[in-house]
Amino acid sequence: MHAGFSIERSTATSRVTAIATLVLLVGLVAAPWWADRANIRLLGEIYSFIALASLWNLLAGYTGLVSVGQQAYVGFGGYALFALAMFLGVHPLLAILLAGVLGALIAIPLAPLLFRLQGAYFAIGTWALAEVFRLGFAQLSVLGGGSGTSLTASVVTGIAANRDVREMLVYWTALALALAALAFVILLLRSRMGLALTALRDSEIASESLGIDIWRSKLFVYVAVAGLTSMTGAFIFLQKLRISPDAAFSVNDWTAYVIFIAVIGGIGTIEGPIVGTILFFLLRETLSDLGTTYLLILGAVAILVMLKAPKGLWGILASKTGLSLVPTRRRVAFQDQ
Amino acid sequence: MDWVNAIVQGVLLGGLYALFAAGLSLIFGVMRLVNIAHGDLIVLAAYIALVVVHATGLHPLASAIIVVPLMAAIGYGLQRLLLNPTIGKDLLSPLLVTFGISVILQNGLLATFTADSRRLAAGALETASIQVLPGLSLGILPLFMFAVSVLLIFGLEWIFYRTSLGRAFRATSDDAEIAQLMMIDRRHIFGMAMALSAGVVAIAGIFLAIRTNFDPSSGPTRLLFGFEAVIIGGLGNLWGTLAGGIVLGVAQGIGAQISPGWQILAGHLVFFLVLALRPKGLFPRMD
Repeated sequence: MHAGFSIERSTATSRVTAIATLVLLVGLVAAPWWADRANIRLLGEIYSFIALASLWNLLAGYTGLVSVGQQAYVGFGGYALFALAMFLGVHPLLAILLAGVLGALIAIPLAPLLFRLQGAYFAIGTWALAEVFRLGFAQLSVLGGGSGTSLTASVVTGIAANRDVREMLVYWTALALALAALAFVILLLRSRMGLALTALRDSEIASESLGIDIWRSKLFVYVAVAGLTSMTGAFIFLQKLRISPDAAFSVNDWTAYVIFIAVIGGIGTIEGPIVGTILFFLLRETLSDLGTTYLLILGAVAILVMLKAPKGLWGILASKTGLSLVPTRRRVAFQDQ
Repeated sequence: MDWVNAIVQGVLLGGLYALFAAGLSLIFGVMRLVNIAHGDLIVLAAYIALVVVHATGLHPLASAIIVVPLMAAIGYGLQRLLLNPTIGKDLLSPLLVTFGISVILQNGLLATFTADSRRLAAGALETASIQVLPGLSLGILPLFMFAVSVLLIFGLEWIFYRTSLGRAFRATSDDAEIAQLMMIDRRHIFGMAMALSAGVVAIAGIFLAIRTNFDPSSGPTRLLFGFEAVIIGGLGNLWGTLAGGIVLGVAQGIGAQISPGWQILAGHLVFFLVLALRPKGLFPRMD
């Protein structure tokens, strides 16, 4: 008999992580009762960067689609929310969801176009696309043209009349968004398609010869990431209450920071973007007076990490300790007879 | 006549775009590296030219004798120090390292020169023009820039196909390992390719500084113009790139004629149109 083994995914660490995560989650859900207004806002911002970085990491680290143009969907989502809420009177929280649907829909015809560009050219192509979005929205005078527009007070009070309730709802929305993005990434990577994606990243030719439909897998991930990124963008600009083409489609804010977070945390790991985001905000809170120097330092650190430790901080930790908090790979576990 | 004028000016501008693209094309051809910091290097060259002109009183065009060697040295150093370690690994590392360089250059320039937009004055040359047809005059300077761009592309082709350095480029590009067996030092050859690219970038930067206003954040747009010229023209074909630059310049000229807000947008849209209809570009290399 060879029944002395089983295939497992979870480890002792991952089970402990699951419990710890639950405890942490309860604490985070209850944040409106223990944190002040400024910290609630900061947490919301952190959640949106966790979502953006995890989604970018899924594209670049697992699917081989290195995009430097995700700001296209952040901005699109923001503008979609403003348009839905101000012109159609859609409830802002519902508008976040709809912005995601619209972002995914618009990505469907755009993806095949971008996929015609290989590798690094794909990256620059995504940037050109984001520029088309930026310049295009600057032409829309109903949304304020080049100078942008603010959410009207009636839309804001439409979320909830009471300010405390409103801020709680917005905070929970952000938490839900980050969790949804993370859950999507984890479940996708654990699924059949996740295996296909990993194979695809490691060798396109080999995986194609094993019957993986590269094009469809890439299309699915690109479109789903576009949708979730648009939702995150919608949330970001709901929190900001004001949108303009330069802020909405900013390559520094929505791509440079996000890439640096993923690189420093660890590309191609689920934990990396979370670690990177926490580090990014710790650094930002301490170095924020430095202004442009902050970006200089961040860029230099990212280059150093890319050259010396391409798997990032989490990658170093994981390879030194074998730690995997959210395992996606399956292991053979032998049972003692 | 306005339209003819827009098209002719677009053609001349296209020469400059082809120059933006030539350096990008060259290093992609030699080492399959797409340099995201390319546009920021152009802007860096423009600022160096600005400093040189202010410090020495040289004519902007003459500043090339200092800016070109300096940029070539910077290019060589960048390649040996930061880019060579990333070559041949995966797609991600060279892309992200050049992206990091781009962000550092932009913010470094911002910290040094502020966000004010600058321009290099070229004196009487700026307004000199010749009248070719009634109502259609061509500026001497744009004509000169166009001619230099065409000559530079011709020169790059010559280096690539007629010199021993070019042979080493092609050999390394075809098979870096065999080339190394033939005593070609890959690290040095890549450094030379980047130096050559940065030399072309230096000229492009000086021309940019004379032709338009620029500021520390102008780089990415120049990268996109160069990239679009490469794709419109067809990969691996420098003359195609020139044609691509001209198509882009004309599209922008026509866009600007419709409405100022449409100038850049029209260029991007034509790029995506070409990508949709002729994904290999208008003049793909025969192979």
